[in-house]
Amino acid sequence: MLTTKAKLLWALVTVLVLVYALFPVLSILATSFKAPSDLTSGTFLPSSGTATTANYEQILVGDAQGLFLSALRNSIGISLIATFIAVVLATLCAYAIARLDFPGKKLVLTTALAVSIFPVISIVTPLFNLWRTIGLYDTWLGLIIPYLSLTLPISIWTLAAFFRQIPWELEQAAQVDGATTWQAFRKAIVPLAAPGVFTTAIIAFFIAWNDFVYGISLTSTEAARPVPAALAFFTGASQFEAPTGAISAAAIIVTIPIVLLVLLFQRQIVSGLTSGAVKG
Amino acid sequence: MTSAIPARTTTAASAEPGPHLDTGEDKGNGRTGKAPKQYSERVRAERRLGWILAGPAFVIMLLVTLYPILQAIYESLFRFRLTAPGEREFIGLGNYAVILTDPVWWSGLWTTVLITVVTVLVELVLGFALALVMHKALKSVRGLLRTAILVPYGIITVVSAFAWFYAFDINSGYINNWFGWLPGIDQDLNWFAQGPTALFVIMASEIWKTTPFISLLLLAGLAQVPDELTEAAKVDGATWWEQMRKVIIPNMKAAIMVAVLFRALDAFRIFDNVFIMTNGAYGTEVLSLLAYRQSISRLEIGLGSAVSVLLFICVLLICFVAIKLFKVDLAGSQGGK
Repeated sequence: MLTTKAKLLWALVTVLVLVYALFPVLSILATSFKAPSDLTSGTFLPSSGTATTANYEQILVGDAQGLFLSALRNSIGISLIATFIAVVLATLCAYAIARLDFPGKKLVLTTALAVSIFPVISIVTPLFNLWRTIGLYDTWLGLIIPYLSLTLPISIWTLAAFFRQIPWELEQAAQVDGATTWQAFRKAIVPLAAPGVFTTAIIAFFIAWNDFVYGISLTSTEAARPVPAALAFFTGASQFEAPTGAISAAAIIVTIPIVLLVLLFQRQIVSGLTSGAVKG
Repeated sequence: MTSAIPARTTTAASAEPGPHLDTGEDKGNGRTGKAPKQYSERVRAERRLGWILAGPAFVIMLLVTLYPILQAIYESLFRFRLTAPGEREFIGLGNYAVILTDPVWWSGLWTTVLITVVTVLVELVLGFALALVMHKALKSVRGLLRTAILVPYGIITVVSAFAWFYAFDINSGYINNWFGWLPGIDQDLNWFAQGPTALFVIMASEIWKTTPFISLLLLAGLAQVPDELTEAAKVDGATWWEQMRKVIIPNMKAAIMVAVLFRALDAFRIFDNVFIMTNGAYGTEVLSLLAYRQSISRLEIGLGSAVSVLLFICVLLICFVAIKLFKVDLAGSQGGK
């Protein structure tokens, strides 16, 4: 159907997009396999024969493991909890917005929008002070709470958009067919709503996982410091050694979950991002 | 002449009024229309349930933003250093006077505005190109393209900052080697030792990471331009450029405006890339970093709060201007509504 010329053109465009999207990732991947002596070689790839996994060993089982593994545990724990709370609250909220008639619906959506454009740094200063006073500074909860300001608004918008597309009549139809209220909800509605909830969870997780400002401002030790903040404070094995290799290896490790989620759920993520933001 | 046909006639009828900046036309389910003054028990129960379900999310959103900003406004009126809590003193708008007469604030503001304007413009063009590619792509490569595009979207900004930093860094980088043949680039070019080159890399990282988001928003807008319109224009002999300019872009104006506003507000808050690459040195200080430095590094809570409040006011201003513009555009694009 396509002419050879068009095929070639598409191949070229595809390659260009792939290079655009993946080059920086490949760049840091290559750096993560460089030996310390090879870091200044000025080449993209490690010099032949010198590629090493020492950087990964350093952060996973070596000197820097205390720093990195605790940060990884913090990041995973805090992001998952913040995502879970946001998605549960947003599901209830979005259900009400899509399904029920109550005054203030517009107010809830507008608030979500306002919160999502709020400059994070404006929230940080007062929280920093308050958290120190009430003992939430440098704790998981001290990050989970402000993370909700990032994850809740987008979850509400995305889920409200999803829920509006659900044919809720199915629920009544199932009840007419003899199902109980609970059965109707579980058999007819849950299968339709679940993908939206799941997609929202992925998007919210990405946002929590990406946080940096709260991470560096509201933590001070390994007790709660998440990976992005820990990366910024990484130091080399000695004061004369740049932590380039270790940071690159850590960067690759925290990018793996993102790449996996994207590979498995690209279709859902795209539909979630596009339906939540612009419609009509 | 095809461009005069309102594209919304097909979508307006079918589409629910989805989430939108302008929630003014939210569906409302005939709240005003059907409701008699005496609400039935059922209506009242539904309203109560609505607030029971939406309430917790609403209250939490207010608690995590409204409370801190009010606190920041209050604290910005004091001379207050955490290291000397006893010397807390009410000085009214004194902190604001200090900041607004300090060249550091103004240079930070201009740097932030420069970054916002440049990145949003580049991202709009690049994002539109990517959206067109994804829109037109064959089934066989569509999944691959979307997956690739989502990698920068999902990646941690700090990781992106390090990737770009190490590639350009004078010690660990290879960019000087690769592009040594370009005028102005040689082995000794230290990208992060002067403002313009440092800003270039900072913006490159920012653009790389956030263009996918804008392109997905634009893709959603593209999908709403009815194919018949483009086909009709093609039949009428319109060139590709004319189709773009007269049919496609006018019909997705709303999507473009929403994407630009979202990205501009996000770019205005830029922090991570600057913090990692230069930490604000050589004239790359941005407003978020300035606020961070005052309150978290120097523990000048009063001054830091005032910077935070000023930053917040800037965001409100951008929003206000944009939404004023939006009103016009939305009214135009809503067709029959």
